[in-house]
Amino acid sequence: MRVPPVEGADAEPGLDPEPLPGPGSGLIARFSRAERALHWATAAAVLACAVTGFVLYVGPLTALVGRRTLVKDVHVVAGLAMPVPLVLAYAGRWRDSVRADVRRLARWTAADRRWLLSRGREATGEVGKFNGGQKANAAFVLGMIPIMVATGSIMRWPDPFALSYRTGATFVHDWTAIATWVVVAGHVLIALSDPGSLRGMLTGRVTRSWAERRHPRWAAGHASPEPRVDEAVDRPLR
Amino acid sequence: MYVATQDDGALGEGEGKGAGDADAAGTPIGRRVVLGMLGLGALGIAVGDRVQGAVESALRPVTQNDPTGLSSFVPTAGRFRIYSVTAHLPERSREEYRLTVDGLVERPLTLTFDDLTSMPQTELVRDFQCVTGWRVADVHWKGVLLSDLLDEAGVADGATHLRIWSFDGAYTESLTLDQARRGDMLAAHEMLDGPVSREHGGPVRLFVGPMYGYKSLKWLERIEVVDALHPGYWEVRGYDVDAWVGRSNGRDDEPTT
Repeated sequence: MRVPPVEGADAEPGLDPEPLPGPGSGLIARFSRAERALHWATAAAVLACAVTGFVLYVGPLTALVGRRTLVKDVHVVAGLAMPVPLVLAYAGRWRDSVRADVRRLARWTAADRRWLLSRGREATGEVGKFNGGQKANAAFVLGMIPIMVATGSIMRWPDPFALSYRTGATFVHDWTAIATWVVVAGHVLIALSDPGSLRGMLTGRVTRSWAERRHPRWAAGHASPEPRVDEAVDRPLR
Repeated sequence: MYVATQDDGALGEGEGKGAGDADAAGTPIGRRVVLGMLGLGALGIAVGDRVQGAVESALRPVTQNDPTGLSSFVPTAGRFRIYSVTAHLPERSREEYRLTVDGLVERPLTLTFDDLTSMPQTELVRDFQCVTGWRVADVHWKGVLLSDLLDEAGVADGATHLRIWSFDGAYTESLTLDQARRGDMLAAHEMLDGPVSREHGGPVRLFVGPMYGYKSLKWLERIEVVDALHPGYWEVRGYDVDAWVGRSNGRDDEPTT
């Protein structure tokens, strides 16, 4: 079943009750309410797991906090909750906006690879709704969640598993956790260094000038009948 | 996962609608990354048990000469994991600490921390092997031999076993008298070149050299000499009472002695 990708104000009737900015306004709709809910709910679960996991992993911290069973329970519940927002995001009529962006995130162009390898210095004019870094981050998180849920479940409910699998699960869980710390820390630092991007995930909208700077090919898809003169000079819209 | 529901084929109509959807083109690398990660994860579960030893050896030059201490966060096999069976990690200062030796003895003992450290000390360097698979190489231990404690208390006729209690209020362990008199059975107050820390079972814990880690009871409070086997906390839950490393619990680890 194919749902044509939809975007912007018309894409999600009733989901955002306040009127969305029309063509020519200073703001462009970037993320639907469902997408933002998906992002922040997943972020909350990952953060809870990261903090409690760190406490469980570092012996002296475990001693400092003391209540190891409580920390473990929070870790397990947050871990099991991690994939729930993803499932819910696909469970309702709001799934179209999510699907459309997942499709964008999944596909990589040669320009995305060039952008990523040059750490955002090359192919900046080719960037669509998502850049190579965002696509890499999304793919990592999507792979990380089932790995952590599966290995964590083996660690928490080990009885059916042979000892070598329990050991292997612990090994994978630990190394994936370290990788996740690095990726999430990078993700947060980059978001904090780019308020325009952070605003998109917080409010769902971004300014046109930010979109044209960071995601020119995506911004160009949002018709602007009266381009401002300064933009028209060095950045042709089409 | 839902990635698999995405269409890998040609673009549907409406997908390539202009520059705004430039990124609807391209190859589905995101999906390959996800599937690749899942494959690696499954492989890691299958072979991690065998791989982690190699990873530890490979990283040892780094972890052993690391002034920052950051390498202690690296998950290799050479790293203790902290387990407890109660909600709170117990805490007891050296000043409050008492070790009782009682039961079938001629002179029941109540020893302070200083009493213990003024008795003859034994030092050992042994690998520590957990029944869940991880192993820490060359751990340094220091403490009082259980046989010295038993001699000090004087074991009465008819005694056969020890029943050992933790001040966490839940954990217990068992040893035969013959096992307890070996030269690698300690009431340890130092490990890893320092005092036994709270999470490792300080101020004093048991160290049972030739057996899996669950025998080395943490937060040692009482050694009761008895005339029958009283299986310990994990032993009533299915683990072997005689927990020799490599010869019990269905495992074939290299022995630690």
